[in-house]
Amino acid sequence: MSKSFFRPKEQLNQQALAPEQSLKKQPQATFSYIGSSAVLVRTLVMLVLILVWQTTAWFVASPDLPSFILVVESLSYHLSEGEMVANLSITLGRVLISFIISMVLGVMIGIIMGTHQWVNKLTDSLLIIALNIPALVTILLCYIWFGLVEAAAITAVVINKIPTVVVMIREGARVVDKDLLAVAKIYKLSASKTFFKVFLPQLYPFIMASGRAGLSLIWKIVLVVELLGRSDGVGFALNTLFQFFDIAGILAYTLAFIVIIFLVEALMFRPLDRIIARGSGND
Amino acid sequence: MIELSVAINDKYYANSPAMVLKQLEFNVAPGEFVAIIGPSGCGKTTLLNMISGLEACQNQQIFCNGKAVNGANEHHVSYIFQQPRLMPWLTVRENLQLVLHSPQAGQIDRLLQQVGLAGTGDYYPHQLSGGMQRRVSIARAFAINPELLLLDEPFNSLDLPTATRLRLLLIELCQQRNTTVIFVTHDLREAIYLADRIIFISNSPSTIIHQAVVDLPRPRDESGAQELEWQANLMAKYPNLLAGSVG
Repeated sequence: MSKSFFRPKEQLNQQALAPEQSLKKQPQATFSYIGSSAVLVRTLVMLVLILVWQTTAWFVASPDLPSFILVVESLSYHLSEGEMVANLSITLGRVLISFIISMVLGVMIGIIMGTHQWVNKLTDSLLIIALNIPALVTILLCYIWFGLVEAAAITAVVINKIPTVVVMIREGARVVDKDLLAVAKIYKLSASKTFFKVFLPQLYPFIMASGRAGLSLIWKIVLVVELLGRSDGVGFALNTLFQFFDIAGILAYTLAFIVIIFLVEALMFRPLDRIIARGSGND
Repeated sequence: MIELSVAINDKYYANSPAMVLKQLEFNVAPGEFVAIIGPSGCGKTTLLNMISGLEACQNQQIFCNGKAVNGANEHHVSYIFQQPRLMPWLTVRENLQLVLHSPQAGQIDRLLQQVGLAGTGDYYPHQLSGGMQRRVSIARAFAINPELLLLDEPFNSLDLPTATRLRLLLIELCQQRNTTVIFVTHDLREAIYLADRIIFISNSPSTIIHQAVVDLPRPRDESGAQELEWQANLMAKYPNLLAGSVG
């Protein structure tokens, strides 16, 4: 009876309506094809970069530019002999805690500012100030006021990060589809259902963007915080290496960092991307 | 069963000095199917928004079974909007689950079957055609067993056979459940086919210019002889009715 109402190009009919069979297979196939070629391209780019580095180091032949092989040797030395694993995990812990705190607070403040005009008017200039205060100033002030303790370090990072999250989430909350919220009101959805099923999904792309941008900023600030006032972590280790002028060591830490960043991207952000893109037609 | 009494005076657009509804007063009996016809931009959607409680104004007396509607309608109201307004991040099934407080086993499949969408529960809205999305929104509207159903030009921009099939479905579902219906349209033939009574309103700031009881026997025919004759008689009497005047 309803056969004629389906779009012909989708080739839907009552027999072929099992979801796995008709529509979804083809996009998935193209996706994995693009995925594998993207991995290939990415690996190639990395290999070329390493090659350029290695040959440049050979030509320059200066202790100021250690070769890739030297850096890898230094990396394996620090991993097995030094405190690299301990330092990395301490830094990672700090990054994780300040990331979670600043995302949760930033998203909450951003939503409130985006949905309440008067709150926005009241706090807008405060936000601009917070956005533009140099990271170094907040770090120094936190250490002076709270002492050289862990809480001061985390607070300094969080204060630096929250404003950028707020700015992005606020824009998202401003453009939330009022029509869909009207649906929620008509069908008398509970407040939590309205928030989690209707409101928040519209902010996911904004949360992802601020999460990605946020993580990169937090890495950088955590290192400065460690350099200035902690006696462990990657920032502290880099400072020590700097004093010995151990350039290979500094680059070894950088290399370890890059590997971790790629892992975080592949294990955390990509799967999240796929969940968030569901229903958008690009999944 | 819902009995509706509407009296609206001087409703202005939100954030605008333009008046949209000047004076509208009418009653709707329990189980009645009322169509509202007016030229585009005359405030038909605003009227439905006010009855549903999405919008309000100073001078309004809208009562639903004797209870005032002012920014919130406490009864089981369903509203089929001009666009399907499904949540794109939820599957068809999840979209229906969303509005149900405690869905019974098989209830959603039954609903989908009724609108001719059996087996599409696991699709996302963007994987469906416009007509199918609209049928999901109709299924959603009926899922909560509405006492009052508001429809805002729901069959606009659909191809003829789909629209015909959906109109039949609407009649069927409303008769099953004895729902009170307010149906906004600008298509007179559609209104004659569906409604017990038609209310004609003028250009904004709008007032009611004419009311006509459609005294044709059911089941009706969309372009049957007596329906067309009824329409011709009305048009002969009020040639400018659809343009918003009885002059």
